[in-house]
Amino acid sequence: MSLDNKTLTMQKSSVKDKNIKKLCENGYILVILLLLYLPIILIIIFSFFNTSAFSFRKGFSFDSYASIFDPNNSAKLTESIKNTIVIAVISAVIATLLGTIAAIGIFSMKKRTRRIVENANQLPIINSEIVVAVSLMLFFVTLRIPEGYMRLIIGHISFCAPYVVLSVMPRLMQMDSNIYEAALDLGANPFRAMCRVIIPIILPGILSGFVMAFTISLDDFIITQLNKGSTTGIDTLSTYIYSTQHTAGGLKPYWFAVFSIIIVVMIGVLLLINLRKYRKNIPNKDA
Amino acid sequence: MMEDRIIELKNVCKSYDEKPVVKNVSLSIKKGEFVTFLGPSGCGKTTTLRMIAGFEKPSSGEVYINGKDMTKAPPYTRPVNTVFQNYALFPHLNVFNNIAFGLKLKTVNDGTYFTSKNGVKYENMRKLTKDEIATKVRDALKMVDLEEYEKRNVSSLSGGQKQRVAIARSLVNEPDVLLLDEPLGALDLKMRKDMQIELMHMHKRLGITFLYVTHDQEEALTMSDTIVIMKDGVIQQIGAPQKVYDEPANAFVADFIGESNILSGIMLADYTVSFCERVFECVDKGFKTNEPIDVIIRPEDIKILPRDDNNAILTARVSSCVFKGDHFQSAVLIDSSIEGEEYEILVHDNTECKSGDIVGLYIKPFDLHIMHKARLINEIEGEMWDVNVVEICGGKFPCLCDLPSGERVNVKIDFDDVIIHDNEDNGTIGGVVGSVIYKGNYYQCVIRTDSYFDFFVDTEDEWLKGDRVGISVDPKNIIISVKKEDFNE
Repeated sequence: MSLDNKTLTMQKSSVKDKNIKKLCENGYILVILLLLYLPIILIIIFSFFNTSAFSFRKGFSFDSYASIFDPNNSAKLTESIKNTIVIAVISAVIATLLGTIAAIGIFSMKKRTRRIVENANQLPIINSEIVVAVSLMLFFVTLRIPEGYMRLIIGHISFCAPYVVLSVMPRLMQMDSNIYEAALDLGANPFRAMCRVIIPIILPGILSGFVMAFTISLDDFIITQLNKGSTTGIDTLSTYIYSTQHTAGGLKPYWFAVFSIIIVVMIGVLLLINLRKYRKNIPNKDA
Repeated sequence: MMEDRIIELKNVCKSYDEKPVVKNVSLSIKKGEFVTFLGPSGCGKTTTLRMIAGFEKPSSGEVYINGKDMTKAPPYTRPVNTVFQNYALFPHLNVFNNIAFGLKLKTVNDGTYFTSKNGVKYENMRKLTKDEIATKVRDALKMVDLEEYEKRNVSSLSGGQKQRVAIARSLVNEPDVLLLDEPLGALDLKMRKDMQIELMHMHKRLGITFLYVTHDQEEALTMSDTIVIMKDGVIQQIGAPQKVYDEPANAFVADFIGESNILSGIMLADYTVSFCERVFECVDKGFKTNEPIDVIIRPEDIKILPRDDNNAILTARVSSCVFKGDHFQSAVLIDSSIEGEEYEILVHDNTECKSGDIVGLYIKPFDLHIMHKARLINEIEGEMWDVNVVEICGGKFPCLCDLPSGERVNVKIDFDDVIIHDNEDNGTIGGVVGSVIYKGNYYQCVIRTDSYFDFFVDTEDEWLKGDRVGISVDPKNIIISVKKEDFNE
């Protein structure tokens, strides 16, 4: 009897443990979701109330969306968006090229030198962004590189390339060590072996490196702000937002509309990618 | 004579960071042969193969393929193809495109010629057409029994199928030589046996020279026309499987190929040898009188007879007998005059014995294989560190010698005077156990120091190959003599 009781209490306590575990898990998710998404949801909500003072006084309207197309706002806005995208595309493409070549080079190094170069590559990533920004500024001034797009693109390449290296390296590591030799053995010269075998195999790594470089460049504020130069008047989206908020005392209502559009577009892109992945996985499982 | 030598290596050496891996290898391979490089891991067999394929450049020496010096030629210009151990298939291509990879890069003569201003005639080259490629690929797939798999992704294939694709991918280019680097190493036993037979058939049918690298002696004996046995970057023996098995060139080969009894003995005179403290008749001659030698006896060459049989040349006590399917494996002990010591010999025979039986043994004189010893004493150059301390192999050994510090000396240490310690720190220097050979009543180990000197050690204990151990020597057992200075210097 006493033994039965004991097992019963043990079972009970284990059930209790399970409940606590579940509560912790759920609670954790809830907190994360709240912290991550509540601010985003707030932006979307405020975008429908045409406000810059976070109040609901003016009532529900699409006025803030309409004010995007007000020529006073839209000219500078479209230019800054154009700048952002041009800089991001150019620097991401060059960073991807550089990063891929660097990764292949690092991969074929001897172990010790490889470790040194890999760590050197990670320095810009772990380094504080403001330090990178200031050091770039000093670099540009010392070398007398003209203010403007040139500085911004060089700057963006320099902090995007390490991310490309980081996303291409694992692909190379996973690759069978004899693959390159097999290509040479079958009659491919080193250039052909690179184009027909190595690049196709590490392509997923290169693409994800490109996407990473592109988004990091899009997002960047500190480095752009410090290196755009005061006289050129070049603004990316982030520096433009900062400057308007700075001068006009608080964000104008149309910004909430712009942010909401960005959020919705991003969610759309994410869904699209995941849906495609999901569809791709199903036939693979069948085969 | 020259024409049918498809591959020739001349004094090929290769070292990595000054560490020699292949030492002065010379050999020639005839057209159409099935040659196997056999040896334990790290013996330089794969490196040799990679130098023939062109992935490594020899540190010195030359590689000839089809009579042409190809020592520095890159892999894509050599008429050889390689099958790798881990297949090295291209994961982004399907089976068809993997096999077609080499064909798509190939150019052939289009039937027309072009004569340059200097009157030199050139072939006009063209690429293979799609149809030609498709036909060749299908033929290759048929050869490896994978006709249905053309469109399959290589990642969906089993190990055996992958290896077949890899073989087809190499053979479709019609190489003069097919290089196979432990191609069956990753397969399970049954699959390996099947593939061995298939590879042998392919070799016979195609007439291409096969160069095969393996550490599996059975595989080598089954498949090859010629076996090249390597150890520590040096060729130990080249010969037909039967010859290598029956007449091993040295104790290492005998121990590596098949099972054998290796015993220390003394050559008393021509046709007379002494081992196990007894004298026997043999068929060898030309040794120095009283030269210490190794005697090698294959277990299946020993016959078990009743103890009082007239033909018996030895009497022995059976210590164990195990049934092995087609024979009995008995361990027998032979008396020694030294108290508490016996010589152990392994016998494969059809006679079943019981432990404790006294039996007679018969060995044909022809089956006593006599070999020079690799070394009689450890001899190494050193330098006096101080009075009574000598430095050899980077370690300071206490010794009994009053030569001053800095003197260059010759140091000799007997095999059985070297003491091996389980814990590396207990020895004067450390080293790795290289090989262990049982010699009837003791083990002969080779301990390789970090400065690549091999200490031969006779010991009663069996040490594990590859383990790190310590070495020390009793000071009174270190024999030191002054090194004679070269007058040239």
